[in-house]
Amino acid sequence: MSVKQHTAATGNGHGHGNRDHGHHELPFWRKYIFSVDHKVIGIQYAVTALVFLFFGFSLMMMMRWQLAYPGQPLPLIGNLLGETAMPGGVMAPEFYNQLGAMHGTIMVFMGVVPLAVGGFGNFVVPLQIGAPDMAFPRLNMASYWVFLPGCIAMVASFFLPGGAAQSGWTSYPPLADIAPTGQTMWLFAMVLIITSSLLGSINFIVTIVQMRAKGLSFWRLPFFVHAQLVTAFLLLLAFPPLEAASVMQIMDRVAGTSFFLPTGLVVSGEPLKVAGGGNPLLWQHLFWFLAHPEVYVLILPAMGIVAEVIANNTRKPLWGYRLLVYSVVSLGFMSFVVWAHHMFMTGMGTTMSTFFQITTMIISIPSVVILTCFIMSLYGGNIRFTTPMLFATAFLPMFAIGGLTGLPLGLTASDIYLHDTFYVIGHFHYVVAPGTLFALFAGVYYWYPKATGRQLNEKLGKVHFWLSFVAINFVFMPMFFQGMAGLSRRLYDPTVYAHGRGVQALNVLISWGAWGLGLAQLFFVVNFFLSLKKGARVAENPWNATTLEWAAPSPPGHGNFITEPVVYREPYEYSVPGKSNDYSPQFRAEG
Amino acid sequence: MSETVIPYMVKPHPVTGIPNGKFGIWLFLASEVMLFGALFSSYVLIRTGMPHWPPEGGLSSEVLNVPLATLNTAVLITSSITMVLAWASCKMGSLPRFRLWMGATIALAFVFLVVKYFEYSHKFHLGHTPSHDNFYAVYFTMTGLHGLHIVGGIIVNGYLLGPGTKLWAKDPEHFTNRVENAGLYWHFVDLVWIFLFPSLYLL
Amino acid sequence: MDAAQHEDVSKHMGQYYVVFVALLCLTAVTVGVSYLHLARPAAIAVALVIATVKAGMVAAVFMHLISERKVIYAVLIITAVFFAILLLLPNLTTFEHHSGLPGT
Repeated sequence: MSVKQHTAATGNGHGHGNRDHGHHELPFWRKYIFSVDHKVIGIQYAVTALVFLFFGFSLMMMMRWQLAYPGQPLPLIGNLLGETAMPGGVMAPEFYNQLGAMHGTIMVFMGVVPLAVGGFGNFVVPLQIGAPDMAFPRLNMASYWVFLPGCIAMVASFFLPGGAAQSGWTSYPPLADIAPTGQTMWLFAMVLIITSSLLGSINFIVTIVQMRAKGLSFWRLPFFVHAQLVTAFLLLLAFPPLEAASVMQIMDRVAGTSFFLPTGLVVSGEPLKVAGGGNPLLWQHLFWFLAHPEVYVLILPAMGIVAEVIANNTRKPLWGYRLLVYSVVSLGFMSFVVWAHHMFMTGMGTTMSTFFQITTMIISIPSVVILTCFIMSLYGGNIRFTTPMLFATAFLPMFAIGGLTGLPLGLTASDIYLHDTFYVIGHFHYVVAPGTLFALFAGVYYWYPKATGRQLNEKLGKVHFWLSFVAINFVFMPMFFQGMAGLSRRLYDPTVYAHGRGVQALNVLISWGAWGLGLAQLFFVVNFFLSLKKGARVAENPWNATTLEWAAPSPPGHGNFITEPVVYREPYEYSVPGKSNDYSPQFRAEG
Repeated sequence: MSETVIPYMVKPHPVTGIPNGKFGIWLFLASEVMLFGALFSSYVLIRTGMPHWPPEGGLSSEVLNVPLATLNTAVLITSSITMVLAWASCKMGSLPRFRLWMGATIALAFVFLVVKYFEYSHKFHLGHTPSHDNFYAVYFTMTGLHGLHIVGGIIVNGYLLGPGTKLWAKDPEHFTNRVENAGLYWHFVDLVWIFLFPSLYLL
Repeated sequence: MDAAQHEDVSKHMGQYYVVFVALLCLTAVTVGVSYLHLARPAAIAVALVIATVKAGMVAAVFMHLISERKVIYAVLIITAVFFAILLLLPNLTTFEHHSGLPGT
């Protein structure tokens, strides 16, 4: 029983795949809502993710008010959020904690990963390997429709009595075990989101291994596909322990078990009436077993995008393609054995601490190799600073800062001082925000023409880039100094401490940077919607790129390709000596 | 009817040698290994952190119902062979015999759940609920999650026995592949119990 | 279904029944051994060895792993490595846990 066919994602829809055995218009709800077409699903994920990125960002913009002006009523919206969350327009500490926990959760699980993997992965991978769709189109649809209810549950938790989850995105027990109902909703939503992710990862692996076009051997795959393959394995094998842990925390909260509750726990002066015998660190092990590979899930697709954009805009092959592939595979493997560097302060003995310190130092090597290959790829290139290239190039020093600042955290001695300070927040945001997020923006500007048949406006794009680039550094660079001054993270009012007061001026700077960063995104939002109607129309290959997705029409129609694609060469044959063109696409027989 | 034909849905891929579905189900089982692996790891961590196990004294085999669980083990093992026979019937071209053996597999799965029901309700009767102590927390959570997987298997197998057989008429090889994949899942559920039974009841 | 597949499967039916009987017997053995109340380490070792043999038979014969393709073996080996890490490392770390107090 074959899968039904679907029309193009948006707009033109011209171009019918050779595997089109007859035209059958689907009703609106089958074409755009419950679609099994990877392009529609990819756009569903991408749009949902972008909405949640902006929502998660808004949560943080509210937090930044409290941090810059502690105890001051929040202008405009302070009185709109109710007396529990904002008594007299001033943020309550419990609400601050909710904003913090939900900002992290939403950005990671409902923003970055769904955009990087669900969005870009679903849309681009089948096109880049010359496939008509994913291996399991209905499973793909199911993945999205399990994901969305999880997101809705997550957001709905704000409206529960006691509010949303407020024990950090890390949900550490014992606190998370006894937190208000929102935490149970968080756990339930995570189970849905994790399940969606597992189903998706199965799809990616089978598709990439089984459905490549003729001539597309593993060593001819675009680096983006290698990155997505490794990412899929990370999701497949690292998520289940968190699912198990979530089940156990649900049991603790709902069935009164003591998986994570130690004997003799006292809450608010009263001994907690549970059996005890549990271990809070068990949660930490299971959580970080997922959450460390998760951060590589956040960065790997981004590295993939940067690779594609750099090769295309330097008009030369990627430097060290095979080295990149070996590095990304070893990065994936190592990511499973470093997790307890998040637990150096939990009383681990010296042997295990040393083990995790060593593995953490080792894992920086493939990261550095990848970054070096990207930088070497720029050398001698005929560089076009298009908007995607601006974002991709900025990724390089930003990721470098993020990576380098991770080193003192991976070394146990320095981590003693820096753990749970703003230094940590600066470190991981550098990697994810001007790192991954910039790469994702590069991807949007790069592949928007393929998805919609129109270009995004270059001027607006450049304004978006420069404003974001400047603002984002004002947001995160000062955090390193705050952390080194000893300022703790997850602190409602930094000014209660003398060392907090010492760096309070930086909080004002950071907050204004964050609000500026928020405003800068308006240029992107306006561009995104305006270009749908007014953007310059494009043909199949507006960037003169070499990979397979640029053989399909823009946007692609039924079955993606007009004729079955065949691959004749490596993925980045730019500026080949002796050829008249500065690029030789993979899919063209003669160079 | 218009269709996007997905290659290697039924026929094996020339290089890997397997169709998509078989690859997919093995990947799913790999994730399940990590799921139950996390629970087994947690069991070891919690148990070794307590001075006595069961915490109230005695032995696991005294507190839990070994005869019933042994029966259930035999039931699951039998359901595995009937599942194999269901698949073999498909390979040998006989839909009626497939129906017989798949029906038997589902029936045995229900027997497993019924026995579990008696086990659980006896425990609840004695006040031995998950909150009673971590021994029961572990017991109920691990066997409960396993039980949910049995329910999942019943649903999948039930679909194949019922509306799913429509595919046999159109594409018997595709249907047989589906039965084989469902079988792989079912054997895995049996496999988990093979470790769960001694770990919880006998040690 | 062609005759070759017919024959293929019917040849293996014998193997399936042998495994079925072996599984039931090993179940009886594992329950029987538990009544011997061996010392803890021996009891765990015996129980796990028997369970592994049973599981191995289910995997090799019922799940056709014995004649499976390299790609599946590769997936399972990778999984086995991470399963072992998940089982060992949290427990090793917990054994070496110190509460920070002197003498612990």
